[in-house]
Amino acid sequence: MAPLLELSDVEARYGPIVALHGVSLTVEPGEVVALLGANGAGKTTTLRSVSGTVQKRGKVLYAGKDVTRASADRLAKLGVAHVPEGRGILTELTLWENLRMGAYVRRDRSVRADLERVAGHFPWMLERRNQEAGTLSGGEQQMLALARALVARPKLLMLDEPSLGLAPLVVQELFRVVTELNEQEGLTVLVVEQNANIALDVSNRAYVLEVGRVAVEGSSHELRQHEGVRRSYLGY
Amino acid sequence: MIGLSPLRVVLYAALLAAIVALPYTTGEFRVTQFSYVGVFAIALVGLSILTGITGQISLGHGGFMAIGAYVTGILAMKYGVPELATIPLGGLVAGIVGFLFGFPALRLAGVYLALATFAFALIVPSVAIAMGEFTGGTAGILLDLPTSPVGALTPDKWLYFVTWAIAIVLFAGAVLFVNGKRGRALRAVRDNELAATSSGVSLSRYKTLAFGVSAFYAGVAGSLYAILNFIVTPGTFPVTLSILLLAGLVVGGATSLIGVIIGAIFVEFIPLYAGDVLGPVVNFLQRLQVPIDDVDPTTPGVPSVVYGVILLLVLLIAPTGLAGLPGRIGVLTKRVYSRLNVPERRANP
Amino acid sequence: MLLPLAFTWSEFFQQVVFGLSIGSVYGSLALAIVLIYRTTRVVNFAQGEMAMFTTFICWSLITNHGLSFWPAFFVTLGAAFVLGVAVERIVIRPFEHASHLALILVTIALFVIFNGLAAWIWTPEQRAFVGPFSAKPFIIGGVAISRQDVGVLAVTLLTVAVLWAFFRFTKLGLAMRAAAIGPGASRLMGVRVEWMYALGWGFATVLGAVSGMMVAPSIFLSPGMMQLVLIYAFAAAVLGGIESPVGAVVGGLLLGLGTTLIGAYVPFVSSDLDVPIAFTILVLVLLFRPAGLFGRVVVRRV
Repeated sequence: MAPLLELSDVEARYGPIVALHGVSLTVEPGEVVALLGANGAGKTTTLRSVSGTVQKRGKVLYAGKDVTRASADRLAKLGVAHVPEGRGILTELTLWENLRMGAYVRRDRSVRADLERVAGHFPWMLERRNQEAGTLSGGEQQMLALARALVARPKLLMLDEPSLGLAPLVVQELFRVVTELNEQEGLTVLVVEQNANIALDVSNRAYVLEVGRVAVEGSSHELRQHEGVRRSYLGY
Repeated sequence: MIGLSPLRVVLYAALLAAIVALPYTTGEFRVTQFSYVGVFAIALVGLSILTGITGQISLGHGGFMAIGAYVTGILAMKYGVPELATIPLGGLVAGIVGFLFGFPALRLAGVYLALATFAFALIVPSVAIAMGEFTGGTAGILLDLPTSPVGALTPDKWLYFVTWAIAIVLFAGAVLFVNGKRGRALRAVRDNELAATSSGVSLSRYKTLAFGVSAFYAGVAGSLYAILNFIVTPGTFPVTLSILLLAGLVVGGATSLIGVIIGAIFVEFIPLYAGDVLGPVVNFLQRLQVPIDDVDPTTPGVPSVVYGVILLLVLLIAPTGLAGLPGRIGVLTKRVYSRLNVPERRANP
Repeated sequence: MLLPLAFTWSEFFQQVVFGLSIGSVYGSLALAIVLIYRTTRVVNFAQGEMAMFTTFICWSLITNHGLSFWPAFFVTLGAAFVLGVAVERIVIRPFEHASHLALILVTIALFVIFNGLAAWIWTPEQRAFVGPFSAKPFIIGGVAISRQDVGVLAVTLLTVAVLWAFFRFTKLGLAMRAAAIGPGASRLMGVRVEWMYALGWGFATVLGAVSGMMVAPSIFLSPGMMQLVLIYAFAAAVLGGIESPVGAVVGGLLLGLGTTLIGAYVPFVSSDLDVPIAFTILVLVLLFRPAGLFGRVVVRRV
């Protein structure tokens, strides 16, 4: 089966600064793949290479299409949902308006029902739909960002550091939802995490990035045993 | 001046020679036109002191010119003061008004100040009409025709040399001001207000000073204008002139004397020749079968459209002005003033 | 101008209605300014001239092409929308990474261009602009209220209301708001942010056109007609908080009401002082209420 996502030798830069020096990775449909690495390793840039928000060279194939030159909105319409670092919550809009924005790419009629369904994963959202999104707590905003991405019915969900700044219980809850969606609906997930522990728990496979390159790759199980990975990222 | 390279000395000497020689190489009418160029150069130097150093925009310098012009008109015609003697007074009054303007101006950042100065330019004609007893209302003040005290020079040539002499002196003064302690403080204000305040530079004093000095220059220019024009009316300095001055500064480049002179030439000649610039463009379009009529260059509105488009093009292609073009291509020459605007990434999405 | 010796309630109501009517004109142009500022962070100095230009288009449709007022009005709205979009895409877009200073200069260049174009195409002479409202006043409770004033107020507020509903309830309106608040996040959700900016300019130009077409019957049609209105509109926008749409409209109404009542009841204020008064108000507003009535004070981070 062809991979849903394939990066070949992707180089990405921010002006004069090269962030990725040739990254290659694949994500098969239905997988959960983790991207690990230290700060500045290029994890966020890798996601940006997929969602079309960074200048790059190389090749990005998504669902068989070459999307290297595609714009961010085109990729969103193709079913790539990128929950960025910092969540990207539209703070002055209400919670419900944020969710509605998630459905922007959808043309079909069942959007209404979907909003209810997704909010059902997070029941508290239904009660506080008119609350200004900027007044939600960090954890709530992260949930909202995730819900918003899900409303788009994406084929590929990309999460950038979802656990950042969140309490452990909230993190658990978040990943529980992600795992549930992956298992029940076959949602493909690419997750960037500094918290290697939890990332390896939820994922099938993982890549470790160092200084803009893939240093280690393999199944999450293998990586847990990998000496270097244990030392640097798992802390033992 | 700092870093006076040999190239610069030669350049300035050539410029000086050109200025001195000009009246003898061309007709009287042209001489007067270039006197006006000198007038606008003085106003633009003033504007550049404010804009280039404090990074603030003024859309109201025509108003300060008007003040200088009216002071000259009133003093010369109502009180018999010799015309040339009124010039420093015109500058002074304008400078005081500018200084006063500087106080509220402190509180206003960028756009808001532009707004306030725009409104100022708009009101000056109305105030001139309202103060009818002093200003002669809508009819304005008619000055005496200029005469020359020097036998060898016609009145036009005399005024030309007076204007440019004043311009050169004031330009030198501006350079000293800019590079002196005060000038550096002002540039600090331009680059980073918060940092400047926290390092002890008294913002208020310097901003009001910049405004005052800048207005003084415009006032002097206005006085000279009145003498050259021998009439001042509320319509002499419309808001469109204030805009044209700023446009001239951008097009010429605020960073050098050459730029200021180019700007002054722009201000003086664009209204006259804009239509002629348009002619070839229209012909070209006609050749491409675009259904466009011949343009009569004297049609009102044409100069505005032309210079507006030129302004846009300059902003797009050469934001440091035409004088800055060689610098952008070749080795950067040492600047006397800091840049008017530096394209920077907007703190964006 | 009546001296305050002969105060009558009927006169007062007439002045109030007039004040609100002219205030709605200020408010509508102010809203246009705020709309563009919120979406593209540009303060459009040319807003008034673009409004004037579109009003000339309306006049031309009526005078040279035989349309009656309302058809010309709606065609002009369409033309204004296209004009706004075109200006944003062609003129503003190339400068998206320029400094604030440069952008101000760009809009000033637009001011000059539109002013010149109007004088060129239609000549600078002043003209009468016949509005859609008859001169016959409404009689309410024995007081004669100008139909023109009521009509202007109604049309302007209706336009504002329609626009509000658009932004509040439609998908596109929501997307435009989202693009203004978080362009990066909006892009990731599939919004073509650049086109949202263009649409913002389109709607703003429509608002300006309404403002111009409503005020034109009262002041003569000429290239400079909107310059004073622009000052008041800026004052209203700032008064309301430069980012607040509600503030802009309310600010405009307050300004219109305030200046009218002062002009009617304070003896030494004559119409010659219109412009200096506008200026003084603007400066006072800028000095004492930079965050406006409805805006938030922005703390600059070091």
